[in-house]
Amino acid sequence: MNSFIAFIMGPMVWISAIIFVGGLLFKCISIIQSVRQKEPHIFSYMTVKHSLRSIGAWLVPFFPKSTRLRPVYYTISYLFHILLFVVPLFLASHIVLINEAFQVSWPALNDSLADWLTLLVIAALIFFAVRRQMVPEITYLTSATDYLLILLVLLPFVTGFIAYHQWFAYRWMAVAHVLSGELMLIIIPFSRFSHMLTAPLTRAYMGSEFGNVRHARDW
Amino acid sequence: MQTQDNTMTENPRETSDKKPEKATDPAIESGLERLTPERIQKTINQVLEQETGPRFKAYVETCMRCGLCADACSYFLSNDRDPYFMPAAKVKNTIWEMLAKKGNVSKDFLRQAVRISHLECNVCKRCAMYCPFGIDIAYMMLLVRRICHKLEITPQYIQDTVNSHSVTLNQMWVKDDEWIDTLQWQEEDARDEFENLQIPLDKVGADIMYSVIAPEPKFQAGLIYQAATLMHAAGIDWTMPSTPGWDNSNMAMYTGDNEISGRIARAFFETAAKLRVKRIVMGECGHAFRSVYDMGNRWNSWVMPPFEVVHALAFYHELLTEGRITITEKYKKKVTLHDPCNVSRGRGLHDKARQVVNMVCEDFVDMVPNREHNYCCGAGGGVINCGPPYKGERMQNNKNKAEQLAATGAEVLIAPCHNCHSGLEDIIQHYDLKMEIKFLGDLIYETMEKKIYTPGE
Repeated sequence: MNSFIAFIMGPMVWISAIIFVGGLLFKCISIIQSVRQKEPHIFSYMTVKHSLRSIGAWLVPFFPKSTRLRPVYYTISYLFHILLFVVPLFLASHIVLINEAFQVSWPALNDSLADWLTLLVIAALIFFAVRRQMVPEITYLTSATDYLLILLVLLPFVTGFIAYHQWFAYRWMAVAHVLSGELMLIIIPFSRFSHMLTAPLTRAYMGSEFGNVRHARDW
Repeated sequence: MQTQDNTMTENPRETSDKKPEKATDPAIESGLERLTPERIQKTINQVLEQETGPRFKAYVETCMRCGLCADACSYFLSNDRDPYFMPAAKVKNTIWEMLAKKGNVSKDFLRQAVRISHLECNVCKRCAMYCPFGIDIAYMMLLVRRICHKLEITPQYIQDTVNSHSVTLNQMWVKDDEWIDTLQWQEEDARDEFENLQIPLDKVGADIMYSVIAPEPKFQAGLIYQAATLMHAAGIDWTMPSTPGWDNSNMAMYTGDNEISGRIARAFFETAAKLRVKRIVMGECGHAFRSVYDMGNRWNSWVMPPFEVVHALAFYHELLTEGRITITEKYKKKVTLHDPCNVSRGRGLHDKARQVVNMVCEDFVDMVPNREHNYCCGAGGGVINCGPPYKGERMQNNKNKAEQLAATGAEVLIAPCHNCHSGLEDIIQHYDLKMEIKFLGDLIYETMEKKIYTPGE
């Protein structure tokens, strides 16, 4: 058991980080290769200007029409995505670990604020799960995978929160936190979460088709 | 009934059991009868594996089931927000299922897939504007149509137009001599108004080749008359081809018959090339524009069309702003304007169209939503072309369009696209909207000064 825990807290952290970064990088390269091989016309139509225009438009809260039609969902989703990155990256406990490993550090969130933000993330994930049950058009599309993916993101945040507060069995919570975080990172490149890579690409393409070819707006 | 892993079972339409038995047609049924499981699987896998690339992969792998596409779709909005009709659901019930089953799908599934792709989607691309990732659901519906084409289960009436294309290069079985006769007949009629009017046939080196869709000589020859008077009055150096290749419509584009579609586009451009014209102007049609601007040309490896293709709306704008056509007295009735998808979302001509309308009409009221966000007419994308068996459900599926039109309070609806015009005419009749429907060219013809343009005036 001890050696298993040592593995999870040690080399496995590196492995999962490498799989996460490497996986996305590999996916990116294979997409570009696949474009060259199968759909090279994409290069003829995409422009930097229209790609950025579309990505930019969709990053502005409530600028695109469809986001205004579901304001509650969109607000929660928008905030959730920001916090998903901000909370782990600016958490004091994480920065301490990075500092120990790489001798770099950056300013951390106030612990109490980080606490509240973590609860917001958890609340958002619960909202997504409940929404999948309550909104008919979403229910129609939903399958077990969607709930599992929500759970996958929920676990690191919940276990992290509990571990920080040192409730229950702290050491086991800490292990669970690391393990669930690793699992999430590993699964990202191989699941729908890879949209963190592909969404800017498909957005850029549609933005170019609409802007460069069709001379119309795609928001 | 939804199973735990949410795959389709015997009765996928669980949310709307009250709807009547769905219509079908002999082409679909006989096509299905001829199919074997091996052929089904082989064909589906061939299309999905070899005819798609990273775009399709990304679209299928990253849909987060967020549901923002639902509000885009006229079918969803016209059917009491029935989830079955939302864009992502259309993909789920076709593409996702095909992929999950590795092409091993039943005939019942295919019967439904034909419906979803040909009758329950106009490929208007409104959904691509609503998806945060820019996922192109319309593209995926065209892929399903391609599969249906290869399985030979395309609906009968639209398949007939493609058969016509492949034999005559036009959509309506118009014979070569019928075409020329019709032009000469309109030319003769128009000479009552303009003594020296000519429809120059095969004039090499003209500035402009004017092209129409096949229904025009067949049913709407008066539109050719109108275009001829417009060209003549504006002092345009123009011509029309006497040979096949005069029809810019392309129904093959909408049945997934890319080979015929490409052949039509190629013939069209070669006709213009033979006549060595500088530009091509086309009448008020949406899909025809799209077929030469971003589909047929691409099949032939032209990034952009080899000739500048000017849609009627842009041409009217040019003629009016250059003063080649002047309006005597503005049209008085209250008008509203429909934005055809292939001309608005498809070419950004919505603002120019409005400028033209305001130059020609006194009282213009915009419908809401408008421009890129305007709702599909419900007829385009090949839907109306699937013919009479499906008209009833098309009317049901266009309910939200009827509501949008009624809300304008306008007397006249301008529909600058043939399929939109036909579909909207059906809607007006079915929902008793008490509106007239016109092409923009109709209004220009009605209000323009009937004189010949002389430069420097």
